[in-house]
Amino acid sequence: MRYLPHTSHVVAAMLQEIGVDDINALFTHIPAKALHKAPFAGLPKHQNEQEVGRNIAAFAEKNRSANQGSFFLGAGCYYHHIPAAVDYLIQRSEFLTAYTPYQPEVSQGTLTTMFEFQSYIAALTGMDVANASMYDGATSMVEAALMAKRLTKRPNIHIATPLHPHYMETLATYWHNQGGEYCQAEATTETACIIVQNPDFYGNMHDISKFAEKAQELSAKLVVVTTEILSLGLLPAPTDADIVCGEAQSIGVPMAFGGPGLGFFACKEPYMRHMPGRLIGETTDLSGKITYCLTLNTREQHIRREKATSNICTNVGLCALAFTIHASLLGKNGFKSLALLNHQKACALADALQKIQNITLLNNTFFNEFTIQITKNSQYIIDKLAQKGIIGGYPVDSDKIVLAATECTTSDDIDHLCIALQEVLAHD
Amino acid sequence: MTDTPLLYAQSTPGLCGVDLPETSPAPVRTGVPSRDDLDLPEVSEPQIIRHFTRLSQMNYSIDTHFYPLGSCTMKHNPRLNEQLARLPGFAYVHPLQPESTVQGSLALIHTLEQWLIQLTGLPKITLNPAAGAHGELTGMMMIKKAHKKRGKSPTFVLIPDSAHGTNPATAIMCGYQTLSVPTGNDGMVDLSAFNQLIEQYGDKIAAFMLTNPNTCGLFEKDIQKIAKSLHNIGAYLYMDGANFNAIVGKIKPADLGIDVMQMNLHKTFSTPHGGGGPGCGPVAVTEELGEFLPVPRVIHENGHYSLEKNAENSIGRMKSFHGHFGMFVRALAYMMSHGSDGLQAVSEGAVLNANYLFHNLKKHYHAPFPGPCMHECLLTDKHQKKEGVSTLDIAKALIDENFHPFTMYFPLVTSGSMLIEPTETEDKNTLDSFIEAMVKIAEKAPKKGENWAQKPEKAPRQRADEVQAAKQPILTWQMSQKKAQTK
Repeated sequence: MRYLPHTSHVVAAMLQEIGVDDINALFTHIPAKALHKAPFAGLPKHQNEQEVGRNIAAFAEKNRSANQGSFFLGAGCYYHHIPAAVDYLIQRSEFLTAYTPYQPEVSQGTLTTMFEFQSYIAALTGMDVANASMYDGATSMVEAALMAKRLTKRPNIHIATPLHPHYMETLATYWHNQGGEYCQAEATTETACIIVQNPDFYGNMHDISKFAEKAQELSAKLVVVTTEILSLGLLPAPTDADIVCGEAQSIGVPMAFGGPGLGFFACKEPYMRHMPGRLIGETTDLSGKITYCLTLNTREQHIRREKATSNICTNVGLCALAFTIHASLLGKNGFKSLALLNHQKACALADALQKIQNITLLNNTFFNEFTIQITKNSQYIIDKLAQKGIIGGYPVDSDKIVLAATECTTSDDIDHLCIALQEVLAHD
Repeated sequence: MTDTPLLYAQSTPGLCGVDLPETSPAPVRTGVPSRDDLDLPEVSEPQIIRHFTRLSQMNYSIDTHFYPLGSCTMKHNPRLNEQLARLPGFAYVHPLQPESTVQGSLALIHTLEQWLIQLTGLPKITLNPAAGAHGELTGMMMIKKAHKKRGKSPTFVLIPDSAHGTNPATAIMCGYQTLSVPTGNDGMVDLSAFNQLIEQYGDKIAAFMLTNPNTCGLFEKDIQKIAKSLHNIGAYLYMDGANFNAIVGKIKPADLGIDVMQMNLHKTFSTPHGGGGPGCGPVAVTEELGEFLPVPRVIHENGHYSLEKNAENSIGRMKSFHGHFGMFVRALAYMMSHGSDGLQAVSEGAVLNANYLFHNLKKHYHAPFPGPCMHECLLTDKHQKKEGVSTLDIAKALIDENFHPFTMYFPLVTSGSMLIEPTETEDKNTLDSFIEAMVKIAEKAPKKGENWAQKPEKAPRQRADEVQAAKQPILTWQMSQKKAQTK
């Protein structure tokens, strides 16, 4: 077995030194009945590298990937170009195979990049502080709601704009164990937070200040969530919010069938000590050099146990590193240009679709994603498009489709979609 | 090793690390004025490559150093698995594509589920949870729902005092109160104290969250009795599978009488830890608890795979999409590479290596509990403390010997804990050099003149002032600049 470094002679010598005859003598606390089954029947024996490669690749070959033609799916996960430098750097041994940076003296690589990550997220969201990542946008939003609940000691949540259905379902799951309503019809003085998804699930923009006023009036917290962090390169920073959170997969992280993504979490400074997740802080070492370390650990489960702000431990560090490298490559102007480019691709897509009979654009405003209404069943249309090799968007409400365009979208892709849509909409 | 300033400090207006197509001056349709301010640095690609490469060189990692972190299972990460996870047929696939276009992904999920079902002996499973703690939460929510369905609402969860902090934090997130079960003199659950709690609280107990092997590196010998007592009062045995590496391929945890178990693919199944994730925390359960599994679930019927998005009695959705698919690919490649024979060799090798270290180190360090141990061994600083040398000092001195420290001050059941887990992928030479370094440190402890507080001296940084970091937190470049201005 290529990953195991002992020969049978070495094993025998080690056992002898320990003072036992047989490896099973080290498993004496295990009930004997349980021990006699290994190696298990029903599982294959080991395979060499070529065999494993072939067998795993066979799964990949049965998928249709986004690089194989017209592709317009978004809805919380986006197909973006990832610069070559990103994957090269995150595969460096010292990043890829390091543990959580509990020993700052030998973890400055990870710690410094996470400090840069926190800085970039704070800059993009217009918040004061950000943590070193959450699992994904949905769980990050739930943690924001839980934090609002802790801060206000109120039980309920009001969702003010159309929310990604997975985010809503995840909130529902967590809230079953919290008591209170997760989906209040109106915000009241019992509301812990007002949640605003912007752009919303259908791609529409919202005036954040209106919700901020409402939240202030009720002394509730305002949570702004986005499923597409690139939108913050074009939209004004939601500085009126108390917490800004969501999904940052778009920058540096491949879609990978939806995971791992990259949850981000940012808020105003007064809430800093109530945040979930890991935080990296700046300090100095004995010689006075700037040094980064994990900080405010007393919020966390490994110190605080029952009284922790969250049970989160391992998050998505390597995805946060990928984001940091990609965002560094883009920089101030590249980030804004890429956002504008995405918007203009979506404008081109919207213009082309509007020329087709039986299609109505439902958005007055959008970033890189919008919703159309069609005269046929949307799931049927999406399946028909898939047969033509086109991934046409996300079907909702039986007669609507949410479509996204990114810098990967070409005018040929748009032409193919329009021709195919005309055919399937005309066909009875 | 050369330091590199933050990219913010290297920024020059006008530089950019990408070339993007021209955009048009057409008005935007966002309905809001476009953003002007955006405080990101401006740097070129070569600067960025050098920056991150230099930063990487300031890290210890498994590829460069022995990393004996107890309960973290820092084993070799095969590069084949990285290559396979990056196949376009995996990396460029969207989670919401029509099912007909993702049959490969769904089949891979189903195959991995079957492997884990075989390895745990538990018949039902979800791969959705994003990490171990997320798996714990999923498992405990299922237990809560199972009680509710039976018209019961017990309020307490038992947790050993040796447990990882995520266990009590998880129980609280589920709305439970915790009861601590003490560790006995043998390093295992104190059975009489446990029985007393069962007697006192009876059917008010929802579950026992037990890590096995536990964080003292010992297999809970009474686990079957514990399971029986719990089942008698209608409670469940949740097994935290963070330490599955000690028994994978050797025994099936279902044979121990457990009801729920989460696994950490980033530990036992070698998906890289990445400096803090992504992880992956599948949860396997008994037939009885299967109906409460989260959605989505992969269904395999007549050679076709589909996703079940709603299911009666399911706890619901735990996150967006289907879980950390990228980790599934890596873990399955790891399992196929080992096979049933190789996985048995994994647990045996892990236990052998830990006992080899334990045998050699207990001559120099205090061993609070007798062996044999499982995949990790617990020592303390009791002997060295008398000389004024603590676990922290020993850990930092190890860095100067070119080793990553062990897990310090955990578990909490012994003072000055040093929890050491070598894993099966370390060769004997590495273990011998580690023993040599630990012995050297132990021998230095009684001698005068050693400046322990100054260690490490050979690392990229000396000891960090963590108190200062927490007193006036500086969490971003912008906060750091503000502080520099006010000085």
